[in-house]
Amino acid sequence: MNSPLESAALFYIGPVAITQAIVMTWVIMAVLVIGAYLLTRRLSLHPSKRQVALELLVDTLDTQIRETTGAAPAPYRGFIGTLFVFILVANWSSLIPGVEPPTAKLETDAALAALVFFSVIWFGVRGAGVGGYLRSFAMPNPVMIPLNMLESVTRVFSMFVRLFGNVMSGVFVIGIVASLAGLLVPIPLMALDLLTGLVQAYIFAVLAMVFIAATVEEGAHGPADPDPETSLQKKDS
Amino acid sequence: MDYLSIASIVCAAFAVSFGAIGPALAEGRAVAAAMDAIARQPEAANTISRTLFVGLAMIETTAIYCLVISLLLLFANPLLA
Repeated sequence: MNSPLESAALFYIGPVAITQAIVMTWVIMAVLVIGAYLLTRRLSLHPSKRQVALELLVDTLDTQIRETTGAAPAPYRGFIGTLFVFILVANWSSLIPGVEPPTAKLETDAALAALVFFSVIWFGVRGAGVGGYLRSFAMPNPVMIPLNMLESVTRVFSMFVRLFGNVMSGVFVIGIVASLAGLLVPIPLMALDLLTGLVQAYIFAVLAMVFIAATVEEGAHGPADPDPETSLQKKDS
Repeated sequence: MDYLSIASIVCAAFAVSFGAIGPALAEGRAVAAAMDAIARQPEAANTISRTLFVGLAMIETTAIYCLVISLLLLFANPLLA
C-alpha cells in the first residue's frame, strides 16, 4: 500500500514535480473562480434563484463570523469565505471516482495553514498597527511573550495536522475497505466522510477567524475584562 | 523481518488503540454535557451545537495526532531507512 505521507509525481515541468494534488488544486481554483465570476456577473435588486442561493451562502458566512468572534465580517469575509469554500470543495472532491482530495496531502494543508499564519500577521498589523500587533504577544502579561510566540506557530501546525489527519484517514479507510470488502461496501463511510469534510472545513475557517480576531482585539485594547474584581486579583498574584 | 520493524508495527497499533481511548471518553463527556445543556435551554441549541462541534474537533485532534505518529512509524520511520 502506498504511503499517505508521500505523493507520486504525475509529470515534470522543468524541475518541478506535478502531483495529482497540484492538478486538483488548480482545477478546484479554476472552478471556483469561474463559478464565482459567472454567478456574480448579473446581480440585481430583484434576485434570481441563483443569486438568492449565493446570498444565503454569504449571509451564513457573515452570521458565523459575527457570532463566533463578534467582529464586523466585512474585512474578513473574502479570506475566511474563500478558505471555507475551497476546503469544502476539496474535501468533497473525493466523491468523484479516481480523485484524491488535495487536502489529504500534507503539502496542501501546510500551504493553507501558512496562509492562516501570514493572514494573522496581516490582519493584526492592519487592524492594530505594528505596535499593536507586537503588543498582542504580551497579553495578558509580558511573562507570556515566549509562550505566545510559540503558540502562534504551534496552533497553526495543529490546524494543518488536524485537517490532514481527518481527510487523509477518511480516504485511507475507504481505500482499505474497498480493497478488502468490495465495491459498494464503503458507501456509508463515504457518507460519513461528507460530514467530516464539512465539519473540518468549518473548523478550519472558524479557527482562522478566531486567531485573527483575537490578535486584532488584543492589539487594539487588551483583553476584555468585565469583572474589575478578577483583574485586581490578577494584579495581586 | 528484524526486531526494529516488528517493534514499529506493534507500537503503531498501540499508539492508535490507546490514543483512541482518551478522545473517545472525552467526546462522550462533551456530547453528554451538550445534550444536558440543550435539554435545559433548548433556545440556545444553535450556539451550543456550534461550540460542541468546534470542541469535538479539538478533542479529536489528539486521536489524529496518534494516527499521524503511527503512520510515521509505518511509512516514514527514520530508523528503518
